[in-house]
Amino acid sequence: MVASRAIGSLSRFTASRTLRCSGYICRSFTRASALLTRTHINYGVKGDVAVIRINSPNSKVNTLSQELHSEFMEVMNEVWSSSQIRSAVLISTKPGCFIAGADLNMLNACTTSQEVTQISQEAQKMFEKLEKSTKPVVAAINGSCLGGGLELAISCQYRIATKDKKTVLGSPEVLLGILPGAGATQRLPKMVGIPAAFDMMLTGRSIRADRAKKMGLVDQLVEPLGPGVKPPEERTIEYLEEVAITFAKGLADKKITPKRDKGLVEKMTSYALSIPFVRQQIYKKVEEKVRKQTKGLYPAPLKIIDVVKTGIEQGSNAGYLSESQRFGELAMTKESKALMGLYRGQTQCKKNKFGAPQKEVKQLAVLGAGLMGAGIAQVSVDKGLQTILKDTTLPALGRGQQQVFKGLNDKVKKKTLTSFERDAMFSNLIGQLDYRGFEKADMVIEAVFEDLSLKHRVLKETEAVIPDHCVFASNTSALPIGEIATVSKRPEKVIGMHYFSPVDKMQLLEIITTEKTSKDTTASAVDVGLRQGKVIIVVKDGPGFYTTRCLTPMMSEVIRILQEGVGPKKLDSLTTSFGFPVGAATLVDEVGVDVAKHVAENLGKEFGERFAGGSLEMLQQMISKGFLGRKSGKGFYIYQEGVKNKNLNSDMDSILASLKMPSQPDVSSDEDIQYRLVTRFVNEAILCLQEGVLATPTEGDIGAVFGLGFPPCLGGPFHFVDLYGAQKIVDRLRKYEAAYGKQFTPCQLLVDHANNPNKKFYQ
Amino acid sequence: MTSLLTYTFKNLRNTSKWALRFCKFHLFFLFKIRFESSQTKSKKTLAKPNIRNIVVVDGVRTPFLLSGTSYKDLMPHDLARAALSGLLHRTSVPKDVVDYIIFGTVIQEVKTSNVAREAALGAGFSDKTPAHTVTMACISSNQAMTTAVGLIASGQCDVVVAGGVELMSDIPIRHSRKMRKMMLDLNKAKTLAQRLSVISKFRLNFLSPELPAVSEFSTSETMGHSADRLAAAFAISREEQDEYALRSHSLAKRAQDEGLLSDVVPFKVPGRDTVTQDNGIRPSSLDQMAKLKPAFIKPYGTVTAANSSFLTDGASAVLIMAEEKALAMGYKPKAYLRDFMYVSQDPKDQLLLGPTYATPKVLEKAGLTMNDIDAFEFHEAFSGQILANLKAMDSDWFAQNYMGRKAKVGSPPLEKFNTWGGSLSLGHPFGATGCRLVMAAANRLRKEGGQYGLVAACAAGGQGHAMIVEAYPK
Repeated sequence: MVASRAIGSLSRFTASRTLRCSGYICRSFTRASALLTRTHINYGVKGDVAVIRINSPNSKVNTLSQELHSEFMEVMNEVWSSSQIRSAVLISTKPGCFIAGADLNMLNACTTSQEVTQISQEAQKMFEKLEKSTKPVVAAINGSCLGGGLELAISCQYRIATKDKKTVLGSPEVLLGILPGAGATQRLPKMVGIPAAFDMMLTGRSIRADRAKKMGLVDQLVEPLGPGVKPPEERTIEYLEEVAITFAKGLADKKITPKRDKGLVEKMTSYALSIPFVRQQIYKKVEEKVRKQTKGLYPAPLKIIDVVKTGIEQGSNAGYLSESQRFGELAMTKESKALMGLYRGQTQCKKNKFGAPQKEVKQLAVLGAGLMGAGIAQVSVDKGLQTILKDTTLPALGRGQQQVFKGLNDKVKKKTLTSFERDAMFSNLIGQLDYRGFEKADMVIEAVFEDLSLKHRVLKETEAVIPDHCVFASNTSALPIGEIATVSKRPEKVIGMHYFSPVDKMQLLEIITTEKTSKDTTASAVDVGLRQGKVIIVVKDGPGFYTTRCLTPMMSEVIRILQEGVGPKKLDSLTTSFGFPVGAATLVDEVGVDVAKHVAENLGKEFGERFAGGSLEMLQQMISKGFLGRKSGKGFYIYQEGVKNKNLNSDMDSILASLKMPSQPDVSSDEDIQYRLVTRFVNEAILCLQEGVLATPTEGDIGAVFGLGFPPCLGGPFHFVDLYGAQKIVDRLRKYEAAYGKQFTPCQLLVDHANNPNKKFYQ
Repeated sequence: MTSLLTYTFKNLRNTSKWALRFCKFHLFFLFKIRFESSQTKSKKTLAKPNIRNIVVVDGVRTPFLLSGTSYKDLMPHDLARAALSGLLHRTSVPKDVVDYIIFGTVIQEVKTSNVAREAALGAGFSDKTPAHTVTMACISSNQAMTTAVGLIASGQCDVVVAGGVELMSDIPIRHSRKMRKMMLDLNKAKTLAQRLSVISKFRLNFLSPELPAVSEFSTSETMGHSADRLAAAFAISREEQDEYALRSHSLAKRAQDEGLLSDVVPFKVPGRDTVTQDNGIRPSSLDQMAKLKPAFIKPYGTVTAANSSFLTDGASAVLIMAEEKALAMGYKPKAYLRDFMYVSQDPKDQLLLGPTYATPKVLEKAGLTMNDIDAFEFHEAFSGQILANLKAMDSDWFAQNYMGRKAKVGSPPLEKFNTWGGSLSLGHPFGATGCRLVMAAANRLRKEGGQYGLVAACAAGGQGHAMIVEAYPK
């Protein structure tokens, strides 16, 4: 297997060599023995340039694994010792990927921080050798160059990247709760300046090639090519290699210098940064900002600042040492385990485990051009899906079309789309008031108002016009799909697709299947969701499905806490400091008070006392006064166009006063309030797994984090139980149960986990 | 395949040297080939039953000049008028016989947006002859000619003048949108107070001008940039491109020296000397050309000023008639205009591949094969573009994956290809090139023998055109 692959690459190599001879006068030596023994890396020599090609077998991406590492070292040693070779080009032959990062399994296999530190130090050594190479090495980057890939690239003497949308550079380690452990904390500040380096490493953002060129992260850009006498992707990589070879030769001949001309602004900044006082100010500012944003919940960003600082102020030896040690420590933290778990979960939820649908959806129709309907239409048309957007009145339809246009146009303003691409995408949208064209629809997603009789009417109307194979999906946050499907002639084609608002920003899609929903219908819905760029969880039908069901008991507790006299601002700060991205009171305003009440009532009926807590009277009174939340301009807060700092709605005082309940001091400390909210959420999530609403804990975690904003540093409810300890959570629940009653009774599965410490949701 | 191409190019370099040194021998060689290949025509003529035969009686053009030289103070209709009166003079066609006049142009002078009418009025045509202007980027005058063909074939007209004009020495540079808006508002303002309030909105950046777009509107990519990428996609080296450009200049120089460019009519420019010949033909050496820096993809691209067509001023015009009308008037036409084809494709990655798409289609439509063609006249936007088209036409892979064809059409033999120079050397006034291509094909067939010529061109917007020109029997 391996041998045949190597032979394959050998023949490919020789083939490309003969093809390229017209442009280059070069002599190639293929080293058959070397090629046959290596699986990740091979190299050939063109004239006096070694072309090192990376292509990890059996994988869509190249990752910096131990094997790749050692093969690379071997190859480099041969390059350095060869008298014939004067320079080298490092390139990936995998389309769309240079090196996507370090191998996470390698880190997960480590049990102590020392082991991780060791890995980091080995990588540091290798990259230092590379950096000090007397033979210039050119990194030719096509596709993702992230994490360890970027660290490898910036250790080279020169970087050339394709100006492709897929070519992105970045240090996303912080998003996994770790730091760049192979020298980036030391090299990036020197290369792009301290502020830009901090920005890259602290946000983890991916930088497109053209931006990277401006920043000085890459030295040259290569335009992606169109079709020639072979597929564009293939030829683009070849072309990149050809260009890289000319630059490698130029560097070896000293005709090109790797130094870049800096602009005036850049020169001034770098001068300013040579003053220690200015640097100190920058560290302070960045640290303040990080503390404010992370609320001290994420250790990685602070360590990154610390390591960068050490390197600059105390020299690179201290910097490298600090980098490897902090890297080891971070890899062992709960936060990093939680974040890496989420990353794996996210990857899993981007696959269609139901297989390919029998008929791919080509024509989509969305009913209702409201916020959700238009959002669904937007994420469909921008992926090239033909979409009909139907509403009943022209003004409503017009508003929806405008929303789609604005969504696309904002991307033009951010320069991620051209106006031409926007127009072409927008032409995939057909707005209409009738059911014309529905006979060709492969899927209809209804996003009409949350009212069962209305949904029934729409379903019947639609089924009268759509073809037999067409899937009918309902976008609802709480109405059971089974109930909606009762009026359907073909319930096997009915499914729930619960999108989250705003649809173009929220990654999650919750797909709900009833007992009658066919597997192909599910496969079709997942397929469409994936094409829309969503992370997907598939759950069983039931009141509130998974996400709404978990949120509701927590919301009930929110009202209870407000009734006990905790102000909305205080409550918001308690929840955000626990790691929720949005405060609990603000969340009610964002969701809409009427929606919250509607859901709470419905689910309250279904689940009875487990959903007890606050009094719905509060929501009722708010609705009667018109305080519907952000959409009406008033809720717990007052919302005004253009006003950034929102003020409390003082008219709420009388409502809160009239419903005030005494608080119980022994369960009302700040920490208790936080845990009262979170444990109810977690308990309900685990009950969903127990009842089979959720198929896997992974989907539970992904749904909670990406749909409801469950603190990512905790990794979702299931990771949280694993890492925090089931016993501790049960203890807390018991304590609150004693004070409040059955809404805090821990579910059986949680109790099982508490009784057996070896039981984990993630093994 | 690559080696084959390199081989032809090595030969080509030799031929172009021969062309200069032993051109007589070279010509003899060409004639021989032509004679042999014209033995096996798959069709005797392309006349179709119940469809009028359409002929080019003759065609002329002003000398094509580098923009900013002798024509720089003229307006586009002045140049167009020169071509029109040249045609009148050359053909002695009675003015009142002309039913219609069509001109192609790309960058429109706003004062004469229907430049065909303005030029015709001044050129001494009857004011009773209607005229309109068409635009289709570099194939604008091709569109003018095929529009004429349509008018005659459908029986609407018998005699049509088609032509094209471009004056790149002067282009309409506009005020910025903000400035224009302010000026329009100022027009509407009635009272002094209103005027002052409009003027008070003025900002200095209003004065920054708006130039006509040099880049493709849909992709924001300039054509040279696209050509460089195209050359890279087909793995065409800088050296190959320079060699092709040198060939174009050498062949054009020979054609000029031997007086083969008979469609050129002298033009007495008001206030200046009479211009008698194209001034962009400058055969250089490969060494000289190799010194130039890339013009678009810097610093490693392959398209340079020397292997691209240059900004040109010029106009052309042809007289097109129904065959029976021409014969009735006693003309001896030069050629038939036969099947033609417009194509379009991806404006980003295949912007300049129009000829590749159009050639097999037009051949199929006419029922001809590549071997039937004796004179190829392809518009040379860039060396890299021509070589890419030749490679694409010679690639089964490209034909199968992008053109939906079973096999390649084959690449035209270079000894029949643009042998009197091309746009790289003669110049390329966007709107006027199409008529030059047709006249070059017609004149080459007359001079060198042979029956069928194939004209092809690419154009901005990812469009393309091809037409079959059949020699009129002598």
